[in-house]
Order: sequence, then C-alpha cells, then structure tokens
Amino acid sequence: MNSPRQGNGTPLLEVRDLTVHHGQLRALDRVSLHVFPGEVYAIIGANGAGKSTLLRTIAGLHQPTEGTILYDGTDMTKARPERRATAGIVMVPEGRRLFGSLTIEENLQVGATYARKGPWTIERVYELFGWMKERRAQRTAQLSGGEQQSVAIGRALVANPRVLLLDELSLGLAPIVVQRIYAMLPQILATGLTVLLVEQDVSQALRVATHLQCLLEGHTTLEGRPSDVTPAQVEAAYFGLDPEAPEQDEEESEP
Amino acid sequence: MAWVNAIIQGILTGGLYALFACGLSLMFGVMKVVNLAHGDLAILGGYIALGVIAVTHVPVLWSVVIVVPIMAALGYVMQRTMIQASLDRSVLTTLLVTFGLSVVIENGLLQFVNADSHSLGVGNSIITKSFSIGSQIQIAYLLVLIFAVAVAVLLGLQYFLSSSRYGRLIRAVADDREAAQLSGVDYRHVFGIAAAIAFGTVALAGIAYGMYSQFAPTTGTDTILLFAFAAVVIGGLGSLWGTLLGGVVLGVAQQIGAQINISYEVLAGYLVLLAVLVFRPQGLTARKAES
Repeated sequence: MNSPRQGNGTPLLEVRDLTVHHGQLRALDRVSLHVFPGEVYAIIGANGAGKSTLLRTIAGLHQPTEGTILYDGTDMTKARPERRATAGIVMVPEGRRLFGSLTIEENLQVGATYARKGPWTIERVYELFGWMKERRAQRTAQLSGGEQQSVAIGRALVANPRVLLLDELSLGLAPIVVQRIYAMLPQILATGLTVLLVEQDVSQALRVATHLQCLLEGHTTLEGRPSDVTPAQVEAAYFGLDPEAPEQDEEESEP
Repeated sequence: MAWVNAIIQGILTGGLYALFACGLSLMFGVMKVVNLAHGDLAILGGYIALGVIAVTHVPVLWSVVIVVPIMAALGYVMQRTMIQASLDRSVLTTLLVTFGLSVVIENGLLQFVNADSHSLGVGNSIITKSFSIGSQIQIAYLLVLIFAVAVAVLLGLQYFLSSSRYGRLIRAVADDREAAQLSGVDYRHVFGIAAAIAFGTVALAGIAYGMYSQFAPTTGTDTILLFAFAAVVIGGLGSLWGTLLGGVVLGVAQQIGAQINISYEVLAGYLVLLAVLVFRPQGLTARKAES
C-alpha cells in the first residue's frame, strides 16, 4: 500500500513533544507524531510503553505536562474531551466502554447526539454490521466481546469523526474476531476517515497500517512505513534489544 | 376496619414519601451525590411558595407553576457550580458540601423567616374535604391528590428517562461518564439537568407537604430527609418504582405502628428500614431494575 504522506500538505493531527505523567511516573517522554489525511497510523509497543496514554491524551482524557496537540491547525491541548469529539477526534476506548444499561440502538443514538455532519448514520452502521439491526433492542451488556467492539466502533462512527482513534481493538478478543473487525477497516476508510490506532498485536497492525511508530517506555524507538522497516528492526524497537536500530537511546538521559 | 384504614392511609402517605425520595434517588443514581440538603430544599420550596402566595395571591396549586421552575433553575446552577466543584475533588467532598448547604438553608430560614410552623392553606376547596367508606375509613381528597401527583411524576420521569434524548444522555452518563465525553457529551450539563429535575420534584414534594402538614425551618433535616432516605433504601437504589414501593412500605409501617400505639408511628417505619437493611440490603426491588 502506498503511503499518502508525500505531497499531502499539512498533517490533520500533529503531536509535538508530548510529555505525560501518571503521578511520579513519566508515561510519555517528548513523543511527536504527524498524521496525514487518509492514513492508517499505527502505534505499536509492549505493555506499558505508553501507547494508550498517548491515545487517551490525544482524546483529552489525560492532560499532558508538556507538549502540544494540533488538530487541523487548531491547538487542542487544553480542550475538553467532548469538545474534541464534536470537532472530529473520536476515540473507541480500550475495553469498549459501552453504556451497559442501554440498548445497542441507544448506544448509537448517544454517539449521534452531537455528531458532525457526514456520511455516517445509524442506518449505515447497521449496513456495515449486518447482524446489528435486528438485535438493536438488546442491552449491550448481553453481547459477546466482538459484538460489543462492533457497537463501540459504530458509536464512534455515527459521530462522523475525521480522525478515528482505535485503542487496542484486539484486547480480549479471539484472533478470528479481531481479523473480522479489522476486515471492516477498508469500508470505514473509504468514507474519508483517518485512523490512528494503538495495537499490541504487531502483525495485525503491520497488515493494516500505512505508517508505523513504535514506543518503548514512553519514547519513540522506530518510525516509518511498514514496507520500509524490517521485522528485525521492529523486534528491536519493540523490545529495546538492539541499541543501533532505534533512533534514540532507550536509556533515560534525565532524572 | 381500623387496620384497613391504617393501610390505606399508609399507602397514600407513601406517595408523598416517594415524591420526596425520587430526586434523592436520581441524584445518587446519576452523579453519586448523596444530597444531605434534600430535605431542606423541600422546605425551601415550601417557603418560596409561601412567599409567592403572599406576593401574588395565587392559589396554592398555582404556586407550583412558579416555584418548581425556580427550584429547577436553582438546581441546575447549584450543580454546575458548587456541587460540580465538590464532585471534581471527591465523592466525600460532596457529602460535606451538601451538609453545609443543609445547615446554611436551615439557619438562613431561621434568620430571615422565623422558627414558627407554617402551612400552605388550601382555602375552602374540595381538596380540604374527605370522603368515607363505611364508618371507619375516611380518606382526604388531598392525600389522594398527592398520591396521584406522585404517581404521575414517577410515570413522567420514567418516560423522560427511557424515551427522550436527554433521558438517554442521563442514563449514558450514569453508566460511563468518560465514554459519554468521548461521544461529545458534556456530562456537566447533563448533571445539571438531572439536578434540575431533582430540585423541581423536591420543591413539588415540599409544597405537597406544606398542604398536608405543617413545616418549620428544621423540618427538612429532622423529618423529610430521613423519610426520603428510608424510602430510597427500602425500595432499592436507582429504581423509580422501587422508590414508590419504598415510600408505600414506609407509610404503611408508620400507620400500622400508630394503630398499635400512636407513639410507635415513626419507630415502626425505622424498624422496617432496619429489617430491610439486615435481610435485603439491596432493597425490595432488585438492583438496577430500571434506570
């Protein structure tokens, strides 16, 4: 797949030198990224590398200690999560986080309440996930993990995001279910979305991504197109094994 | 027959208790705020009604149209400012803040009104009368009206929560505040709406109480708050119909206690509360039965 990086003008989402602390712990250390329109930008890394923290900070659920988040040229660093969502940065959170006492349809209706104008409607989500419409009156607490994940994606889509943030879609799901969900991605992208995703399952991320960034202990250790990086490089960046492959030292230089 | 009368009176009084309790239950269910000022807010509603009637000379029932919106607006503003600020710190802080609010309202009323008891006179209309069934059962039209209003309010609230856009948002925010934010929902605004409903219903309950009985600045904490808590706990938290059931059980227990000996009235209610806490701490209705 060809990356649309070159000649595509300004990035839709730009993160500059983002540092985030969880109490004393520095979860992210001066991480930067540029996401261009139409990309599938994958952030990979081991447990605790700071991937989810990065995504949650972009969505507004954490406040960074330092750094800037620019969306479509606007500074969003201080904006509340709901303001970012209505502006077009919508996240599918880790663990699905559906409204458990609400039905499938009500979950989608909540997602659509403050939606931007755009191609996605509740009907269109029902078309994407064929099983959903006839079970729309069911409470989401009764659904399987894969079904819940689909509803969570649907709830994000009906808000008509420009940037869709996907946090660990594969978590707790059977591999076949994960594949089925990722198989939906081209149909979603066809409506003009940009996707920024976090994934522990590296092979899955490499299959769908047009651009890749690897985090290790809050630092960027590798960045590039999947076709430009070797499996050895990815492995080294993921585990921090080879001191030559990463672009930066993995040792902390500051206290 | 006297026992039948006690049960009927108890059921009807239970409607009033449910009206007190539904706002308390809603605020706890949606924002996990235990509003210790709830009883004082009811009394405040009663005093505002007194003031409105004194100034405009409207009949008591019409004062509802003015007082309920005032209290609802107050609820929205209080939630968006003071209560939200305490929620942002911790759930424990909300206890302190609403307790403080309770003290302020009670002493404010003592200061600016006085410690005398008041009631909202309904004048010489049909609702001051009562009708009899047989020789022993006398039912006041006023109690029937209050019970009907309580059921109507609960039905309306149920319909609002299950079918309206804001009702859906209230349930979503109660389920998962953060996930609601990710869908673009400003949960603070939704909290404000829930508080407006709670304050509106408790003002209505305060006016009903003022028509049914007498109130003084201290009635809020020493009677209403406790009865409302008892109704919520007996019925089961977070369930509107459980609240009605809780109110009715409390009312019936009190009337039966009073039938045995008039001094047992309040005690009997709390004995039932204690029994529920011991044997069925989740309340009579199952947890999370309805929104």
